[in-house]
Amino acid sequence: MRPGRPALLTIACAIVTGAAVGAGCGDEVPPAHAATSERARVRGAAAAATPPESADFEVPPPPFSEGIFPCSDCHEDMEVDRTRRKLEDEHTNIVLRHDAEHRWCLDCHDPTDRDKLRLASGERIDFDESYRLCGQCHGDKYRDWRAGVHGKRTGRWNGPKRYLLCAHCHDPHDPAFDPIEPLPAPIPPEAP
Amino acid sequence: MTTPIREHEAPRQTPAADGPDDVHRRRFLGAMGKLAVALAAAPTASACQLAKAMVASGRFQELGPAEKEALLAKLEARYRAETGADITVEATEAIPGVEFGYALDLSRCVGCRRCAYACQKENNASRDPQIQWIRVLEMDKEAGVDFAHADAYYEAEKVPREGHFYLPVACQQCRNPPCTKVCPVQATWKEPDGMVVIDYDWCIGCRYCMAACPYGARRFNWGTPSVPAGELNPHTHVLGNRPRPKGVVEKCTFCIQRVRQGRYPACVEICPVGARKFGDLRDPTSEIRYVIERKRVLVLKEELNTQPRFFYFYGT
Repeated sequence: MRPGRPALLTIACAIVTGAAVGAGCGDEVPPAHAATSERARVRGAAAAATPPESADFEVPPPPFSEGIFPCSDCHEDMEVDRTRRKLEDEHTNIVLRHDAEHRWCLDCHDPTDRDKLRLASGERIDFDESYRLCGQCHGDKYRDWRAGVHGKRTGRWNGPKRYLLCAHCHDPHDPAFDPIEPLPAPIPPEAP
Repeated sequence: MTTPIREHEAPRQTPAADGPDDVHRRRFLGAMGKLAVALAAAPTASACQLAKAMVASGRFQELGPAEKEALLAKLEARYRAETGADITVEATEAIPGVEFGYALDLSRCVGCRRCAYACQKENNASRDPQIQWIRVLEMDKEAGVDFAHADAYYEAEKVPREGHFYLPVACQQCRNPPCTKVCPVQATWKEPDGMVVIDYDWCIGCRYCMAACPYGARRFNWGTPSVPAGELNPHTHVLGNRPRPKGVVEKCTFCIQRVRQGRYPACVEICPVGARKFGDLRDPTSEIRYVIERKRVLVLKEELNTQPRFFYFYGT
């Protein structure tokens, strides 16, 4: 069942403070569970065929840099300067490579409440719901992501799943993936 | 030119009482008779060993529930003795009303090979000699899908490499599989939920199935498989990832030990870019159905009519 907006809000609120996602988009494979004695091994009284009414979704929290949130700690007392510019005093580690020609910080970050992001309509949203912001421009990816076809999901094909926010894989300021190091090539057959 | 004599017109030679052929035949039969007597009188120790080598009382498909339980117990005892690990072997059957499908996003795969290694680990595939059920092929974007010039052994500092795309191949779990048709002992068959499985105790290692598979998906244990003790996955399925002996064929089973418990296969969960999708084809709300209904989907070697359950698609 594809979640509608209210359901998404519920999902977003169900944030599990659990294991961090780790570098990239999660390298771990969740360990298998031992076959319990209650389960009839041969008869296969295992998983149900029909998916539950509302599949549970588990989402890790937004991948903030250490100590950066809440932003209002610093910004509450600061003047808002809406002039489009290159930042000199702070956040100099962020290099925007995401439509930098046309966009800058305050197109996505709400100027008056830095703990929120802003949509094109002016609506303020939490960082847990950042996918709504990304989905404004990347609508096709957003729809695919909602269905589970874009991006990584782990868990059960017929039950609770764990999925990731856009920002878990794509740095919002530099979303394009860098190439990664592959694992070693398979050993070729021996020459006779 | 004389008219050739047909086989049925040739005068039959009546066997001479003691013609040269007869002597040879009698000697041969006499020798075989002596051999049979010698074998029958062989010491019981070798007969016991032969019985022990046969784990199952028959083909897995033909075993009744009690026999299957006995087989699982025997296998568990043997594996525990051999490895010292607390290995469980189950025989979970297919979930009724479920047919699995798999989809791989060619626009996402970067060729990192994490799927191949995760699969190897999950399914207890031999490390030495190395067996990997998934083979990631590097192909040229200009040339498109071209198996003849694909490279499974690419070495790269970083992937994806400019101008290349990556196509991982494993068992396609065909709905019309050529491999199951050629097995002389019916040690491999198609399960109701779609996976093509192998009875490792019944496989005689003839490798006809490997010749028949158009995707090169099957692997043979040329040597005794070895997995380091600490890396063994103890949760196994009798038709899936349980330790295999030397001399049998093995291949991807969609992680039968996982999917019949409702979990994703290991390769789906490890893929860092989310290129792999899995689900129940009969569930209209599943991810796999979404892909097939909305995306540009292709199957490999479609002209062979193997009808794979493994679909490749372009997410963009």
